[in-house]
Amino acid sequence: MQWESWSAFWNMGGAAYFVWGSYGLTFALMALELVLVLRRRKDTVTRLLRWRRAVGKDSARGSAKEGGTPVPAMESET
Amino acid sequence: MNAPERSRSLFRFAAPHNFYPLAGRLAPWFAAAALVLTLAGLWLGLFVAPTDATQGEVYRVIFIHVPAAWMSMFVYLMMAFWSGVGLVMNTRLSFIMSQALAPTGAMFCFVALWTGALWGKPTWGAYWVWDARLTSQLLLLFLYFGFIALTRAIEDPRRADRAGAIIALVGAVNVPIIYFSVQWWNTLHQGASVSVTKAPSMATTMLVGMLVMAIAAWMYTIAVVLWRARSMILERERHTEWVGAVLEREMQAKGGRA
Repeated sequence: MQWESWSAFWNMGGAAYFVWGSYGLTFALMALELVLVLRRRKDTVTRLLRWRRAVGKDSARGSAKEGGTPVPAMESET
Repeated sequence: MNAPERSRSLFRFAAPHNFYPLAGRLAPWFAAAALVLTLAGLWLGLFVAPTDATQGEVYRVIFIHVPAAWMSMFVYLMMAFWSGVGLVMNTRLSFIMSQALAPTGAMFCFVALWTGALWGKPTWGAYWVWDARLTSQLLLLFLYFGFIALTRAIEDPRRADRAGAIIALVGAVNVPIIYFSVQWWNTLHQGASVSVTKAPSMATTMLVGMLVMAIAAWMYTIAVVLWRARSMILERERHTEWVGAVLEREMQAKGGRA
């Protein structure tokens, strides 16, 4: 254990801004990416279900070859 | 899945309808491993590793900076690898993997630059210098952005796949340039922290903490990329019956409404 107290830990020998600025941004970005990836899945499922209903189950199959029915745009792109 | 063919070959998972459920089963395990390893790595890096004799506490940025920089390079090489496989074997899943990797690679690339800047200021006196290591790493970030922008701008997926694959393959030349830049040029950036041929130049706990964080970054990347690839597979395979069946199940799970 390297620290005498929690305040010494948070102070990081005076380098708090640099150390916590690094750790903070990194974990914030990772959390954001996770949220976006999981939300993208929900959006994809919802949108494809709507698309299948709109085009009908039978024409959903194989319509890619004839150009297909456009799928509504994605709401989140990650 | 309902695939009756029971090929024992790994190539079976090159088929999206086999890969999709496998990815769904594996991703939570990788995510759990990432969480456990991150906590262990943070413990080692922030509480166990000693204060650096010359840099003091600010060196603790290394536990983020080096794993992120490694990941940004590995991920790009993986993208190039899958792009090459896709171009040669014409497998749909390869291009999906390549594109699913890109945002995570770009994220780690940005993290490497950001933490490098925050580490550079107190140790070099500048957030940024145009030395070979930093400049080639910045180029890597632009290559990621270029790949992502290009693959999303082209509407026809087959053309988008091929155009992206070419950027990924050509840009891969930059990765060894980044890696060896500290040897080839006189850089302000220090040399490699870990080398196979030399004894490590840092305390064992520092080294172990950094390696644990690097493995955690791998696990995180695999989990996120598998999840992202699953959405991309549904999107691309939406005309197939198996996606229809997956969507039916999702609808039932949601309580019959969508």
